[in-house]
Amino acid sequence: MTNQINLKIDGIDLTVDEGTTILSAARKANIQVPTLCYHEDLCVAGNCRVCVVEQKGTKNLVPSCAMPVSEGMDILTNTGKVRLARKHIVELLLSEHNADCTKCYKNGNCELQQLASEMLTGEPMFLDLVPDKKYTIDMFNTAIVKDDSRCIRCQRCVRTCEELQSVSALDVAYRGHTMKISTFFEHPLFEVVCTNCGQCVNRCPTGALIEKNYIDKVWDAIYDPNKHVVVQTAPAVRIALGEALGMPPGKIVTGKMVAALKRLGFDSVLDTDFTADLTIIEEGHELLSRLKRVLVDKDTTVALPMATSCSPGWIKFIEHTFPEMLPNLSTCKSPQQMFGALAKTYYAQKRGLDPKNIVSISIMPCTAKKFEANRQEMRSSGYTDVDYVLTTRELGIMIRQAGLDFESLPEEHTDSFMGASTGAAVIFGTTGGVMEAALRTAYEIVTGREVPFEGLNITPVRGTEGEVREASILIKKTLPEWSFLEGVELKCAVANGLAYAKKVMQDVKSGKANYHFIEIMACPGGCLGGGGQPIPTNLEIRTKRKEAIYSEDMGMPIRKSHENPEIAEIYQEFLGKPLGHKSHELLHTHYTPRKRY
Amino acid sequence: MSELVKRVDLIFGEYSDQKYKTLEKTLKRSNDDIIKDILDSGLKGRGGAGFPTALKWKFTMEQPGDEKYVICNADEGEPGTFKDREILTKVPRKVFAGMAICGKVIGAKKGYMYLRGEYRFLLPSLQVELDAYAEMAKEMDIDFTIEVRMGSGAYICGEESALFESMEGKRGEPRNKPPYPTVSGYLNKPTVINNVETFVNVLMICRIGPVQYKKLGTRDSRGSKVFSVSGDTPIAGIYELELGMPLEKFVDEFGDGDTKAVQVGGASGFCVPRKKFKDTIIGFEGVPTGGSMMIFNSSRSMYNVLHNYLEFFEEESCGQCTPCRVGCQQLRKGIEAVKRGDKPITYLEQLMKLSETMKITAKCGLGQSVANSFSSIVTNFKEEMIY
Repeated sequence: MTNQINLKIDGIDLTVDEGTTILSAARKANIQVPTLCYHEDLCVAGNCRVCVVEQKGTKNLVPSCAMPVSEGMDILTNTGKVRLARKHIVELLLSEHNADCTKCYKNGNCELQQLASEMLTGEPMFLDLVPDKKYTIDMFNTAIVKDDSRCIRCQRCVRTCEELQSVSALDVAYRGHTMKISTFFEHPLFEVVCTNCGQCVNRCPTGALIEKNYIDKVWDAIYDPNKHVVVQTAPAVRIALGEALGMPPGKIVTGKMVAALKRLGFDSVLDTDFTADLTIIEEGHELLSRLKRVLVDKDTTVALPMATSCSPGWIKFIEHTFPEMLPNLSTCKSPQQMFGALAKTYYAQKRGLDPKNIVSISIMPCTAKKFEANRQEMRSSGYTDVDYVLTTRELGIMIRQAGLDFESLPEEHTDSFMGASTGAAVIFGTTGGVMEAALRTAYEIVTGREVPFEGLNITPVRGTEGEVREASILIKKTLPEWSFLEGVELKCAVANGLAYAKKVMQDVKSGKANYHFIEIMACPGGCLGGGGQPIPTNLEIRTKRKEAIYSEDMGMPIRKSHENPEIAEIYQEFLGKPLGHKSHELLHTHYTPRKRY
Repeated sequence: MSELVKRVDLIFGEYSDQKYKTLEKTLKRSNDDIIKDILDSGLKGRGGAGFPTALKWKFTMEQPGDEKYVICNADEGEPGTFKDREILTKVPRKVFAGMAICGKVIGAKKGYMYLRGEYRFLLPSLQVELDAYAEMAKEMDIDFTIEVRMGSGAYICGEESALFESMEGKRGEPRNKPPYPTVSGYLNKPTVINNVETFVNVLMICRIGPVQYKKLGTRDSRGSKVFSVSGDTPIAGIYELELGMPLEKFVDEFGDGDTKAVQVGGASGFCVPRKKFKDTIIGFEGVPTGGSMMIFNSSRSMYNVLHNYLEFFEEESCGQCTPCRVGCQQLRKGIEAVKRGDKPITYLEQLMKLSETMKITAKCGLGQSVANSFSSIVTNFKEEMIY
């Protein structure tokens, strides 16, 4: 048992574990201490100094986020000395900050703004330093905009990029008054190792890092009478959108979301879940075919383990970091891009539309999807497969712009076709979901029986944050054509967050790990913790989203991808067979090695 | 030089006739005895902060584990100080011997000297002495090696935890404290980090004994101190003097007869005006100094002096913590605005309060000590700030 420490905060006696910081001790006692650089997901920086408190007997104030408690400590969080110091610090931050709040994308969801309003800063205490600064705005990227004039140098983004993602695209450059957050040789984000995962955007307290928004372009498309606007929504959007509209975390708002999209004026409200199921069919067959070529044909050119390719942040990461392992990636496009390719081919045909008049929009929990949609190779329909990608946050803004009372909207259903969903598709939104969905299908293809887990819940592959989940499934009593898999123990690994992706790939590369199939999601927790999800984010919020996803899965009448009726239909009417000619043309892709800088 | 100021040659005194004789003798003693001697001598760190050296060593000695480090802070960056350069030029052997004693006491096998980037020219001569040390250590079977690491010119890397970061190949930014270096320093291992001069002092205490050593200085400021004297003085240079003397005596000795103020302890130290010379002791009971003594005569504008210091801090702040990064800019631009008449005289009060906030909220000594020169210059030379 850890040692217990007794201390006093604002006269309240507390007993906490040794090693607790003053900040967490205060929060336990419901004493609110303001913070800026502190974030639950990250290591302590202690650089903004907003959280300073007074320790009796100590001349200097102490940063509550970084200072561990000690026996007999007597802390005061609300003295004249503390108040003046905090006000000074917020005033200093504001003096360096482009505080043109009404023009800021984060207006209303900015921690600095919130703090300034609490402190009643009013007339500036100090000189305005902004006019003399040569701040730059990097808006060349298709996914993320970095505006240095809004930056308060808290380094949350730097810590996110290094600790959670092991990418370190962002770091501190220069020092003193010129110190700033920058990239390798100050190149724009699109030229560096940035994966566009948007985790920094999720944690930026101000408007310094935001997604590139395409809201007005989408409105323009909706208002254009000559355009047929189709929208797809990713599985993780429906369990988080509520948060962007004032609802508590963990609410499933699928029906309301569909109702809202219809009211916004989209011509057809469809579902990425449909292509998630399609991904499972294609990827499942790809895995089985790779296994066959390795086990039966003894083909040494086939790369195993096969890694999932749904997460565009992960794709760009492996292109930069492990370019030699690109053959390990499944060639399947992500569900978003499969959807896009089909929207302007299959869907257009079926609805009798000219694909050039179709505008394909996707709502994603993700910023990297914006980059993905803009990749050169994502034009297999002959057009840009996905025209605009909006984040969950942007959809929230559009719903507010349209004046919809979201909570009172009725529950409505997606249109068909390409609107049908299964539980297997829903769980794409959480770490381990693609693996579980793939196993539900692949096992059944091979054995003709359901996976041997109660209620189809393959809990051993359900990932958690902060670890690499490993599991194996023994294949027994196969159907005759799959007899080469008899007795094979299929080894799987599930990782979320690029720091863990890196670990898995290093293990694979060094031969330490011997997997067949790996699922990797770039963001902590999977898509539910994606860079396009509502802000704030923390483990508690992500856990609620995860619970919502699994409960949505359990509530679905169909929970296996291959049982999605529209999937059978599309193979029959259009694609032919999995991994067939049409599939290769529309649903599969290739990757590009990128430089490691 | 007159007899007004007692000169000492403890630090710069000649080497003992036999190489590393004191070290050899000291290594045979028990750690507790050595620590007791240093404690009795009253030695406080010579970098400027004045932490009792014996306690620092004792805390580190008591830490578990056998991976510990001794680091000699030779990143002499404080404006107006150049005494470590002289020590490393004249008596480097004493520094290495002091480090080796520390290594024995705390149980470290590895010592580093973090040498200021601008002192690269010292490297060849230091290396010759280091090679001699290594040979001696081999002969005497001393399990303690010393290596020189170069800094790259950042003032902040003289701050101990920023120095560790720099040595670890990272950006030189101060860490949160606690944990202190005695618990978690270089590579997060228990580390003693001392100024160049401190290590020499330890060696000399071991050579002459605490009783003899204590005869120098005052109750709170024992021993001698190497001063870097610069500015409006006919005899600028390095002087080893007894600690604890009144500033008046110092000015009588070194001033040009027209001394208006002395900046004690460099840009991060205090400015003492003429009227306070008499009552100001140079030492830990008065104004402490890492060695820098800058003398200004009546031809100098104290506004310009302060402006220069603030520009220095503005650039040399690592930039991570708000009070230091933005505070320094505000102070510099603030006094400019008052001088121009764009801000009222009362704005100086606002700036004084800001400097006080910097003192109590900044993450490290850099930001905390900007207020020293700021408030002492603004308070004592207010009219020069305005007119």
